[in-house]
Amino acid sequence: MASAELRAIRRRIRSVESTKKITRAMELIAASRIVKARERVHASRPYADKMIEVIRNVARASGDASDPLLERRDLTTMGVLVVTSDRGLAGAYNSSVLRRAERFMVEQRARGVELRLFAVGKKAQTYFAFRGYEIAESFLAVTDQPTYADARRIATALMTEYRSGAVDAVDVFFTVYRSALSYVPTRTEVLPVTPPVSDDENEGTAGSEVAVSYEFEPDPGVILGRLLPRYVESAIYGHLLESSASEHASRQRAMKAATDNAEELIKVLTRTANQARQAEITTEIAEIVGGAQALSAS
Amino acid sequence: MAVGTTPMRVDVVSPEELLWSGEAEFVVAKTVDGEIGILAHHEPLMAALASGTVTIHTGGDQISPSIGGGFLQILDNTVTLLVDEATLERDNPTE
Repeated sequence: MASAELRAIRRRIRSVESTKKITRAMELIAASRIVKARERVHASRPYADKMIEVIRNVARASGDASDPLLERRDLTTMGVLVVTSDRGLAGAYNSSVLRRAERFMVEQRARGVELRLFAVGKKAQTYFAFRGYEIAESFLAVTDQPTYADARRIATALMTEYRSGAVDAVDVFFTVYRSALSYVPTRTEVLPVTPPVSDDENEGTAGSEVAVSYEFEPDPGVILGRLLPRYVESAIYGHLLESSASEHASRQRAMKAATDNAEELIKVLTRTANQARQAEITTEIAEIVGGAQALSAS
Repeated sequence: MAVGTTPMRVDVVSPEELLWSGEAEFVVAKTVDGEIGILAHHEPLMAALASGTVTIHTGGDQISPSIGGGFLQILDNTVTLLVDEATLERDNPTE
């Protein structure tokens, strides 16, 4: 009869094994998602790069063109957009960006700046709601595979707030994907728009001279007014994609660690189970031998 | 198609991907002010595009993506179409 101890250990081994299957599956899914997410980051670069180039040229050609999105106002209310995931089990991915955002918000509050909080992902929503922050708007089901339409929805909401004067600036907290092992929580200003400064400005290359001779249809001010919202959208789209790649990379790593731990645990438990079994057999043999000796002695 | 002889470079870029890139002889696009035809070595131009179809004539082939607005930039014999959203369908004339 297997002892209660042995049965308990075997049950634990089975439970750890099924957990391992789950973490292993999540690891593999995350790995394939990273590849996709990185492809999307890559595919979005041409537009983002061209957009920066075009805005730079148009801003230079239109001289002192003004647009509501460019206008810097005194900071009384600040919009903060925090990009997290909807699901956990992604290591420190969510907590590091959330902590960074909260620290910044506390600093701003201390300076007397009002805050309006925009959350991307369920994790940001619950984190801030739990801590008593008021959330102006939440965007869920976005970060797993962000589309441009998602970015547009978020950007439109932020620009509407900015134009109406509800916020005087908007900063985004997201996670930059550096490599499979390095993802950095980052803060960027998105509103008001700071026209991108060219790298060649100080070098004074031919590029700047060509830009001046542009023909515009319609005039530069109108073009700039249409370009800037696209620029904001494209920037947010880029941030969402970076965050998504980081999320999947972080989850893959966390799940790999979990799988490795499960394997280690199974090894230890199997050894304990074998020991228990051996001890049982030894006891049984001792009992039989003892019994036999008692019989023969009589 | 003997419209133009010297080619120019054309890039059609949407926020999500580079849709099409190649050499073309003639491009027809609809800006907010009206339709324009572009041949190689057009002067530098920056235009806002209206939604509609852009037609790109390459040597004997024709590509007409439908776009939902965007921008067109011509610089250094390169036409860049930054489109908001686009669907690309390629029609291959038999001749």
